[in-house]
Amino acid sequence: MKQRAGFFQRLSSTQIVYVVALVTLILGALLVNSVGRSFFSPGNISSILTGTSVLGFIAIGQTLVILAGSLDLSVPYVTSLASLIAAGVMANSPNNVLSAVLLTLAAAAVIGLANGLIVARLHVHGFIATLGVGLIISGYLATNFKGSFGQTPLAFRLVGATGLGPVPISTIIMLACAGLAGLLLHRTRVGHHLYAVGGDIAVARTSGIRVDMPVITAHVICSVLAGMAGLLLASRLGVGSPTVGSQGGYDLLSIAAVVLGGTLLSGGKGTIAGTLGGVLIFAMLDNIMSVMQVNPFLKDVVRGVVIVAAVAVYAGRRIVSRPERFPANGPAETPAAQPVPVEGP
Amino acid sequence: MRNNSVRVIALAAALPLAALTACTTTDPSVTQTTAAGTGSPAASSPASKDWFDQTLYDTQNQQRSASFEGDPEQPYLQYIAGAMTDTSKFAAQGPQKVCFANASISNPWRQTGWITMNQQLKALQGAGVISEMETRDAKDNDNTQIADIDYFIAEGKCGAFVISPNSTAALTQAVERACQTGKPVVVFDRGVETKCATTFIHPIGGFAWGIDTATFLSEKLKSGDKVVALRILPGVDVLEHRWAAAKKIFEEKGIQAKDYFTGADPTEIKKIISDELATGDVKGVWMDAGDGAVSALEAFEDAGKALPVMTGEDEMSFLTKWKQTGIEAMAPVYSNFQWRTPLLALEKIFKGEQVPTEWVLPQKPILADELDDWLQRNEGMPSGHYAKFGGEDLDGYPEVWQQRQIP
Amino acid sequence: MSTALNSERSAILKQNRASRSERLLRAVRTPGGAVFVLLIGLLAAIMVLNPSFGEPSSFIRFVGRTAPIAIAAIGQYFVIVGGEFDLSMGSVVTMQVIVAGNLIGQDDAKVIPVLVLMIVLGAFVGLVNGLITTLLKVPSFIVTLGMMLALLGLVLYWTGGAAQGNPAASFRQIGRGGIQDVPVLDIIPYPVIILTAVAVAAFILMRRPFGRMLIAVGDNPAAAALAGSSVWWVRTRAFIMSSLSATVAGILLVGYAGVHPSVGRGYEFTAITAVVLGGVVLGGGRGWVLSAAAGAFALESLFTLLNFMGVQATWRDTVQGTIIIIAVAAASRSWQRKRKGASSAAHDEQHQLAATPTPTEGTEQGGERV
Repeated sequence: MKQRAGFFQRLSSTQIVYVVALVTLILGALLVNSVGRSFFSPGNISSILTGTSVLGFIAIGQTLVILAGSLDLSVPYVTSLASLIAAGVMANSPNNVLSAVLLTLAAAAVIGLANGLIVARLHVHGFIATLGVGLIISGYLATNFKGSFGQTPLAFRLVGATGLGPVPISTIIMLACAGLAGLLLHRTRVGHHLYAVGGDIAVARTSGIRVDMPVITAHVICSVLAGMAGLLLASRLGVGSPTVGSQGGYDLLSIAAVVLGGTLLSGGKGTIAGTLGGVLIFAMLDNIMSVMQVNPFLKDVVRGVVIVAAVAVYAGRRIVSRPERFPANGPAETPAAQPVPVEGP
Repeated sequence: MRNNSVRVIALAAALPLAALTACTTTDPSVTQTTAAGTGSPAASSPASKDWFDQTLYDTQNQQRSASFEGDPEQPYLQYIAGAMTDTSKFAAQGPQKVCFANASISNPWRQTGWITMNQQLKALQGAGVISEMETRDAKDNDNTQIADIDYFIAEGKCGAFVISPNSTAALTQAVERACQTGKPVVVFDRGVETKCATTFIHPIGGFAWGIDTATFLSEKLKSGDKVVALRILPGVDVLEHRWAAAKKIFEEKGIQAKDYFTGADPTEIKKIISDELATGDVKGVWMDAGDGAVSALEAFEDAGKALPVMTGEDEMSFLTKWKQTGIEAMAPVYSNFQWRTPLLALEKIFKGEQVPTEWVLPQKPILADELDDWLQRNEGMPSGHYAKFGGEDLDGYPEVWQQRQIP
Repeated sequence: MSTALNSERSAILKQNRASRSERLLRAVRTPGGAVFVLLIGLLAAIMVLNPSFGEPSSFIRFVGRTAPIAIAAIGQYFVIVGGEFDLSMGSVVTMQVIVAGNLIGQDDAKVIPVLVLMIVLGAFVGLVNGLITTLLKVPSFIVTLGMMLALLGLVLYWTGGAAQGNPAASFRQIGRGGIQDVPVLDIIPYPVIILTAVAVAAFILMRRPFGRMLIAVGDNPAAAALAGSSVWWVRTRAFIMSSLSATVAGILLVGYAGVHPSVGRGYEFTAITAVVLGGVVLGGGRGWVLSAAAGAFALESLFTLLNFMGVQATWRDTVQGTIIIIAVAAASRSWQRKRKGASSAAHDEQHQLAATPTPTEGTEQGGERV
């Protein structure tokens, strides 16, 4: 008994997410089989992976922001704006593709910079800062764009439609971005500072870290990734749309995916891999429910329950595991005492 | 150690990119598709579209008084004579499977239609025309609906596609991919920017709605009177057309019309009307959909002002309130019975019978003299039900609609 | 206790306390106080643009129709000052509205039982929110997000997406009616009376031990736990109160707006905006409950002002976004300033503390040596 509990405790949150994903996969295979389909057919796999792409981009960015101790609620509006800029500048001409992509990502970066500055310099909570910026963009979109706009040329639309076997190109790009983000977090100074700032900002500051930079960097990267999601949507839809971001509910869903992936909402602990696991769980869940033709209203119920239940699984875990000093049943066996250098009086 | 892992990751990233050039599966329809639709021309065009289209306006104006082929007792089968599609290649033996990509059931109009469609499905299943209908609900999301249609193409083994597009331009390519499968494709409600569908089913259109309602209000009111226009959302073409036509007529007749966006929230509607009443007299209320009509009238009641002349929709809440208050009103319709027509069209298609390429259904508003009749036909229905649902002759009438269990 | 000591103390207190007007000014300069100034400014601007708004009967009606969101803001205040979020508020409102519509029907006799059921349901939702947050240690953001999705889905599934219709007029009178034939005001809408009652109750509650503990829990949960408060029960009660206030808002909205599945959508974000506008800090531990209600009124006044100014309705979101960023930025600067003790008044010569009384020697049995 003790051994099993110990094994469970030793699993990291990321590993638990993938266990949950595996359970979902097995469950899905069984359920889908019961209605006469194969869960592992190319069409089904393609459908699941397509469902991971857009949310994946946004969730990776959201992971960075949440690790830094902030939140980003402006992502749906950045995504919509990005799709509009992309489709508008491309205007069905393949020559404009590169300039459109650069312009879109630049605009997204500027919004991210604004988010980061408001959070870091004006000391506004991330929830409010990004909600405010999101609403500002929302008003601009609603006033100036009445319906779909622009057109993406064929060459660009291929990105959203082609695949390597059943694996869509967009998923591959998304995984590449995830890899880069992971590299950033674990191998660069900015990444380490990000963890530090998210963990305890006061300690980070007194340790000599410039606490503004990681937060601003996280927000900029998050908005740029939301811009990439917008580009992907522009490619799939063929046009830009001012509502495509809010249609997907990407703000709350990305936060849910990040927390599902084992990242602490208060920051400082989490991995990109965990987030990808969370995104995969959502995509598989949606796929299973669609194939089984579950009532659309019940889909939301299932989603809500799964989010809470999955997070509850590892929310109660101890964040830092230390050997107990004063266990409940008698004195613990003390580890071999190390001679402690005694300071002079 | 560090360099090793970086190298490994770089290699892992490069591999799929190399493989990419070697073997990609492109959706063939995407390469073959020509630039579908127009969208907005070039980046120089202003962001805000002008929704008014004179040609479409004139066409729909004419269609308001056109004669419809077919039996008026079965308005869901009526159409305006025009080009027909030859469907002999689609003739099939035995019951066929239908795949339905639904935009959503997120408002009462769509929910009513969905219930009616399912009852129609049961009738056709009983008759051996359709074996089953698999549905994927996109929850108002363009991206999801595109994925749904692609899933049906890949996995659905569909005998026919029925699509209710979530938006016009975005779904165009997906509909074309469906057409390319060689199976019949029926598009209804909102259209797309391609003509490849076997038939496109819709009532006359938004401009006709706008003309009907604005003409009614202008006749009942004098020039200079104030009308409050309550609109749900910007950017939805079916709704924008209604307002574009109404606005034009209001301007011509000198009616002072002020439009507001309400999000279909009755709280908002009441606030807007109360604020308007505080600044002056409001003689008429125009709505681009029936949701919340009741709270609009209650705002007048609460303020103690005379009730307005009003146009709502054939939603039961509006019809009952109209009867109760005895106001001067009319109820335009966006024929809810159009949800029956796609399956009935497929019945014809599977038999190889011709169907109209553009199937224009009648769109007759409910006027004061017909109000009692429609109320009687829909007695006991919930307030979100639509009077012209067209399912009185189907099995399960009236319980299925009264209980409103979504299938 | 000796009265002599007491009177000495109160004399010292009177001497050291700043004047009433200065205390008022200091209160106004806090974020919680500034929102009242903002509110007065907005109302004045509306009256300039539309003098008929200033008429007592118009004004009291404005208060009446803002009552639901103000009550929701008060409920959200309890949760936010305790350091949590409640995103399920909108779904609770929608659920209550539809429950009222479907279960009461036109039957007057059912009004009271359904009212009781609605309150029980509201408390239950709050209890579930609270328990999952405190016992299962799931972040409240996630719990209430899940609850928002699940509750709305269940309600829509039960009703097939559309409600039965407006319930009996007697029930709707709570939200629509009022005390008629009042001099000057013409009518006192029931929502105004209910709002006043809720506001007074909330104000008193925050001065009671529960209120003090709630702020302590929001400020520093570890310290509050060490000091002996039952953190989980305090937080759970805050959630229950939030859901109950959403229930009350729902009851009022049934009367005001009628029954429709879109009633209550987005309420949680409006409530959070109102609370934040009222100077309450996200993360907990600071803020006054009446400022949250004032924030709700300020928000409504802002929208009404924009309406009268003829600003296109689509710009409303932009204005709302700008306002909340400015409000919270200003509030956080002000709280930081207070923390650093930069108040010059403390160093002012006038306010030099007079000498405190030296304590008298005590006895071994307690009491004062006579």
